[in-house]
Amino acid sequence: MSVIASASAPPRRSLWRRTQNTRTAYLFLLPALLVMLVITFYPLVFQVWMSFTDYSLKNLRVTAPAPNYVGIDNYLRILQNNIVIPNFDFMRVLVFNLWWALSNVVIHVILGVLIALILNTPGLWLKRFYRAIYIVPVVIPPIIVATVWRNMFDPTNGAINFLIDIIFRLPPGGFTLDWLNEPNPIISAGPFVLPLAYFALLAANVWLGWPLNSVVATGALQSIPGELYEAAEMDGAGAWAKFRAVTLPYLRPAMLPYAIYGFVITFNLFYLSYFMSGGGPFGQTELLVTTAYRLVNEQQLYGVAAAFAVFQFFILLAITLVTNRVAKATAQFDA
Amino acid sequence: MTTGFAAVPRTATRPVAVAATGGHRKLPLRRQLLLQLVCLFIALTVLFPIMWIVSMAIDPRNIARPDGLDLIPPGASLAAFAQVIKQPTENPVSFPQLAANSLFIAVIIAVASVGLGVLAAYAFSRMAFRGREALMIAVLAVLMLPAVATLAPLYVMLSKVQIGTFNLRDSLFGVALAVTSGQLPFAIWNMKGYIDTIPRDLEEAAAVDGASKFQAFWHVILPLSTPVLAVTAFFGFIAGWTEFYFSWQFLDHPENFTLAMALNGMVGQYGTTPWSQFAAFSILVALPVSVVYLFLQRYIVSGLAIGGVKG
Repeated sequence: MSVIASASAPPRRSLWRRTQNTRTAYLFLLPALLVMLVITFYPLVFQVWMSFTDYSLKNLRVTAPAPNYVGIDNYLRILQNNIVIPNFDFMRVLVFNLWWALSNVVIHVILGVLIALILNTPGLWLKRFYRAIYIVPVVIPPIIVATVWRNMFDPTNGAINFLIDIIFRLPPGGFTLDWLNEPNPIISAGPFVLPLAYFALLAANVWLGWPLNSVVATGALQSIPGELYEAAEMDGAGAWAKFRAVTLPYLRPAMLPYAIYGFVITFNLFYLSYFMSGGGPFGQTELLVTTAYRLVNEQQLYGVAAAFAVFQFFILLAITLVTNRVAKATAQFDA
Repeated sequence: MTTGFAAVPRTATRPVAVAATGGHRKLPLRRQLLLQLVCLFIALTVLFPIMWIVSMAIDPRNIARPDGLDLIPPGASLAAFAQVIKQPTENPVSFPQLAANSLFIAVIIAVASVGLGVLAAYAFSRMAFRGREALMIAVLAVLMLPAVATLAPLYVMLSKVQIGTFNLRDSLFGVALAVTSGQLPFAIWNMKGYIDTIPRDLEEAAAVDGASKFQAFWHVILPLSTPVLAVTAFFGFIAGWTEFYFSWQFLDHPENFTLAMALNGMVGQYGTTPWSQFAAFSILVALPVSVVYLFLQRYIVSGLAIGGVKG
């Protein structure tokens, strides 16, 4: 009946009808949009305004005066490393943060695929037993992982140094390397500084990160039809040739989006840096997220923190655009 | 009444070609043993931190600081657990009080992100409407940001909400709001990805039978989405249960403190907390969510695989 009505309906009615889908959609969207408008989008816009002010503790109370407009002062202070946090160096933090995410993801993916391949070997005993154990790091909350690994890297009572004692037949407490606070960096080239603490963080995050990659790789491996391998064998392909011609084309489309996701997650990984090394030594394992947190939590420079968050937004936007491009380029390579 | 869980087996059991890598031959014994050694070594590295923590927690000597690597303690005692349940830190707060606070935050986040998110996810997945592209980009842009990104503005904004002696910022509800701010976009995206994979035939059949959009959503999509609802609610729950940065920044009163805040108090470098108690506390925080995670794991993994294939 409504079909007939619309055919002869006046123009206003037809606009009402034409927008019916949009109106229904917005009815579904309304609750989430309203909430996000108030607690997500408005704060983000408010933050941009804050970044041009000297918002600080004195402006916090309900009756407090409004902060002063300071122009792009906060942005300049960040770029000139003038934000009270000791040893802060914007370039060094950014370079470290990028390297941190990249090195982790590369190791996670390689280990994840290798271990998935091992567990996918036909005829291997105890597969289900190993799979059940290997999933354990995935299910433990990251904050617990971070605090436990901090404890394990303790110089005098930590599990890592005790283990080294046993391996090298030293008396218990013989090896007392302070992994998380060793002041002399292993690598130091301009803004690229890697202290020993980085390697301790890396060890913890590799423990945390490879299992999920392995799960994703296993899913991809199990979707490969067995006939493809048989066909390759008939063509006389060796193990490496089979891996390149059959396994890799199936792995890539599953692993690449996950690697990109892992890159962003690791780039923003707060817990390990904050709880294990506390950003030390000398701020060398500080990330953008932990720096942003310290600006609010320790320095109470809300205006500077807002400007820092705006920088973070553009850095993440750039990362997203670059990784999307990489993903597209590789997809074309596949086709 | 409806078709129920039809989608669950479809996504949970993905195509599995068991004999994937190569066939029918048996693995030669030497290679078998070599691979067993490798697998065993990996298993040990995975279990090492867990054995270290569990052995410290149940060690009957209630060690302040261990003086050697005793992965198997000389006996077992729950004394450390009893102590942290009574009072884990110097603050006069018990474990049940901390857990209740974290639970409060966790439940709000889980319910809000799924309840609000699933409606939006359905609209994004199934409807063509003006502004769809722009809104999806807005949601994705927030998704890319770390939770800390809204710390400064939410801190100052919620501080201004004062009703009598109640300050929204200095409350568990304020913390829950702040976490939901970052969790809701994730929930929408996660559930949209799943709803995208549900075939449209069932809704179309329902529409032919005269069902409205909302009826189709309620009677067809919602029951079929049970796994992703559970997983999304669970992720929201974990975000609240282990929440640290907002509660550490927002909360002033010890009676509001959360589990993660207590944990932070226990691990300071000059902290006086015996390690046996730190270990027991870690286990008490991790165990409930870890066990649930293990049960939900196959749904989470199949969700990941879907996202992976979709690119």
